[in-house]
Parts: sequence; structure tokens; C-alpha cells
Amino acid sequence: MVLENRWLRETYVDLLIEYAKQDERLVIVEADLMKAAGTTRFGETFPERTVNCGVQEANMIGVAAGMSAMGKIPFTHTFTPFSTRRVCDQVTLSVAYAGLNVKIMGSDPGVTAELNGGTHMSMEDVAIMRNIPGMIIYEPVDSAQLKKAFPQILEHYGPVYIRLLRRNAVQIFDDNTEFKLGKGIVLKEGKDVTILASGIMVAEALKAAQTLSAKGIDAEIINIHTIKPLDEELVLQSARKTGAVVTAENHSILNGLGGAVAEFLSENNPVPVQRVGVKDTFGEVGFTDFLKEKYGLTEKEIVLAAEKAIAMKR
Amino acid sequence: MENNIKMLENRACEIRKLTIQTIGKLGVGHIGGALSLCEVLSALYFEVMNINSKDSKMENRDRFVLSKGHGGPALYSALALKGFIPMEELDTLNKPNTNLPSHCDMKRTNGIDMSTGSLGQGFSAATGMAVSAKLDKKSLYVYTIIGDGESQEGQIWEAAMLAGGRGLDNIIAFTDYNKMQIDGLIEEVNGLEPLDRKWEAFGWHVQTIDGHDMKQILHAIDNAKKIKGKPHMIILNTIKGKGGFFCENSVASHNMPISEDTWKKAVELLDKREDA
Repeated sequence: MVLENRWLRETYVDLLIEYAKQDERLVIVEADLMKAAGTTRFGETFPERTVNCGVQEANMIGVAAGMSAMGKIPFTHTFTPFSTRRVCDQVTLSVAYAGLNVKIMGSDPGVTAELNGGTHMSMEDVAIMRNIPGMIIYEPVDSAQLKKAFPQILEHYGPVYIRLLRRNAVQIFDDNTEFKLGKGIVLKEGKDVTILASGIMVAEALKAAQTLSAKGIDAEIINIHTIKPLDEELVLQSARKTGAVVTAENHSILNGLGGAVAEFLSENNPVPVQRVGVKDTFGEVGFTDFLKEKYGLTEKEIVLAAEKAIAMKR
Repeated sequence: MENNIKMLENRACEIRKLTIQTIGKLGVGHIGGALSLCEVLSALYFEVMNINSKDSKMENRDRFVLSKGHGGPALYSALALKGFIPMEELDTLNKPNTNLPSHCDMKRTNGIDMSTGSLGQGFSAATGMAVSAKLDKKSLYVYTIIGDGESQEGQIWEAAMLAGGRGLDNIIAFTDYNKMQIDGLIEEVNGLEPLDRKWEAFGWHVQTIDGHDMKQILHAIDNAKKIKGKPHMIILNTIKGKGGFFCENSVASHNMPISEDTWKKAVELLDKREDA
């Protein structure tokens, strides 16, 4: 598995520009992080369709809501904590409750906030957005997938939270990958345990599958890129087949992918579920590799969780 | 002109009576901050705004955002009088499955351009509407009313800074300055003065008028339209609970119970005043 030679944000901004050329409703609303999001390029291409509010996240969401009420499709950009917890009420009421069509990008999810440290490291952004009715939560894995997802996000009327890794992603998919928003992708079929992974944890899950295979365990690996709405059909089908489930996410194990899967399966097909993710704690400053190790976001943890889930099968 | 002023004053009185009746029939509601709005709503809905009740989503209509969303019942009265919603619908206020909730809801109520209720947010949305109208070179105006208590919200001043900085002269905003909020007098809780100079400092064209004087309201809106390059704030000196004998100028009127006898008497008194 190799890292892509280009930051994921560059692909994202390419897509914004490409689709803005075809759809004049597309505008961006910013809060003084255009340089971080890479949207400066969009601003140079479409200066009149770029509204930089300065350091005003609440107003950014409100202005975007107002522009949506006039028929625009605004994309807002800031770091994950400021796209979610800081503007929770504005996103809930001015966007979702009002039935408006704003796309909210949060960059640097979980430990990938790296040197910005604990204040900028949201382990709860998915949890916050999950509780907003009508919100779609999409976390891309790599640039090939993001390219497939973008037009679908644009076509969907309603709020979408895009949880975007800013830097180089591990290349998992290619341009031939089938993609549908809300539908998980089976990366490897297996019969002993299901591993549901999002974002940077997909690469860890694939590594874990090899380790498990050497131990004689046949793991099914699924990428859940759309955390809400959860692909219940696929989760149910795989859980029925394997009878044991592991979730892996760069987020708190509370109310993110793991929470969603545990809720759903406990009501529909109770099987052991083990959640790999951040254990209800704040983040801290450091590089991704160090933080992944420290918070248990690794292949090793997924392997342990898989063995535990299998051992718990009745 | 004089006839027109008289007509608009009568409309304001009808809005006021309907609002008292609507909240009165329910028995409780945000009466105080609704009654201070009647004159400006009459001016906007029956004279100023380019809107059409037969085509409520008309693309180039003027937009209206009641950022102090708890004034909903007064706005619903204006919408009913203007034909956006049936008059009898007013009696459904806050009843099960109603389209008329305490706070404005654009998904439920015909003629409402923005959902509001969490203070400060509607004003940001109004600013976004004005940005969008400028981008599309539409000549429409965005009208919005904020509360004085609402002006304590940081988001108001975020939007004020953006609108002032971008010179959004297509926003005509009003502050319903009735000097009271839930916990007491504005000046005692967290004062706004000097309010006019604050708005001026944020780059706005500011006028301060008697918010219950129809002539002054129309004149201020005309003035605003003549000034280019700045957004417009019209500070309305108003009286909370205006025209309700049981609630006028009282802090308690923010959200209060109202008996049947009380609302009927209040409407009767307003009828007599109108006849005089």
C-alpha cells in the first residue's frame, strides 16, 4: 500500500473548480482557512463566488444557509472541530432544520490534525453530526473515491458533512471502482469476521486482514465511507455471514461508526461487536503515526479486536 | 399619502388585534415582542415589499427574515391579512400538527423565507441572501428584523461586520428596540448603548426613529434606499407589548399567560381606539 503523491485536498479543490464550471450554483463560504483547505485556488478562479467571512465560523454557516435559501449550493470549509462542535446550533437550525442545502467540509479529522494538537483534534465530530436529522456524513478514503463521490454529493439536495483528510491518503481504490453514496464497499470477502472501517483505518484493516489470514482467520473487509446513513443492508448481510464484527475509525468509539453499527446490530442481529477507535479521551499534539499508536488506531488493535469478537461467538 | 398612512395604521391595528387574539385563544405566548412589531410589519407587507401571495416563491421577490423568530405570531397575522395563509389557520398556533409554530419555520409556513428561533442566526442568513442577490445582480432587497436582546448575540456582530465590510446596501435591517428582555431591562442585563454608534462603527447607515410612527418608518425606508454602498439599520424605538392594556411596557410580557376575558377586552379597546 502506497501513499498518493498528492494531498487529498488538492483533488478536492480540483473537483470544486471542475464542477463549479458546470454548475453556477456552486459557491464557497470560508472562515479564514482557505490556505489550509487549499480553496485559495477556487478563489482565484471564481473570486465572485467566494465569500470569506474571516474568523467567523457561526456566521459562515449562517451566510451559507442564506445563500442556499436563494438557490446556491454553498460549500463551507474549516477544520473538523470548527465545522461541527463550534457551529453545532447553526448547522442544526439554520441548515438542517431549515431544510437547506449546504455542504460542510471539515478537514484534518481525528489524529490527522497532528501539530495543531488537542484543541483542533475532534474525536467527536461524527458523533455531533450523526445526531442532526437529514445529515449525510461522508469520509473519503482516497482521491479515486472522492472523485466518484463528489458529483453525488453535489446532486443530493440536503446537508452533507465531508470529513476530509487533507494530506496524502493511502491509495486503495482506482478509477474503475464502483461508488454509491450510502453504500459500503466490500474490499475483501471473508467468512470469519467482518471488519468495517472508515477513512485512514481502511488501510489498517487491509493490513490486519493479512495478519489474520496468516493465523487462519478469513476476515471480510468493508469500507463504510458513508457513516450516515449507514448501509444497513450490507452490514446486516455481512454480520449474518460472519457472526462477529469489528469497527475501526479515526474517531471516538462513542456515537461514530462503531456506535452506529453497535446500535443497528443490537436491534437487528445481535452479534459480538468490538470497536476500535479513540477511547473517550481528548487528543494531543503529535504526528499521525505516534498518535495512531498512542490511541490504538492500528492494525494490531484491529487484529486483537477481531480475535476477541470471534472468541465471543456463541 | 395621508390616506395611505391611515390605511397602513389600520393594517397595523389589525395585525395587533389578530396577534392578541391568536395568542389569547391559545392562552399563552410571546405577546410583548410581537406587539412591538405591528407597525413595521404593516409597512413592509402592505406597502414596501415586492411580494405576491399568489406566487409566494416568486424568484425576484424581496426577502424577509424575522431573526427574532419568537415574533412569529405577529408575522403570521400579517401573512394571513396579506393572503399567504388562510385567516382561520391563525387559530392553529402551536396546536398539534400546526404550520404555525412559536418560532418561524420556512418548511411549514407559506411566505416564510427563513427558519429562525435561535437568536442571531436569521441575521447571518439574511446577510447570505444579500450576498447571493448581489452575486446574481438581482435588484431585490432583504428586509430583516432583529431584537434588542438578540443584539447581545455575537453572531449579530459577525454578520454586521461582514455586511458592512462588503457594503451590502440591499439589506434593510430593523432593530426592535423595546428596551426589555426576558430577565429585565436591556440596560440592566447587558446594555447596548451607544447602539447607533456601534452600527455606524460596523460600516452601516443608521437611522433611529419612533417604531410606532408609520410616517417615520416609510420615510426611513425611502431614505435607506437612496444611500448606496452601505447596509441599512433602522433602529425602531418601540414599546414592548404596545397596544395591549395588560402587557404594555412590561418585562413580564415576553411570554405570558392571557385569559379569555383579557384578550377580548384588549381587542375591544383597540376597536374603540380605531373608531375614535
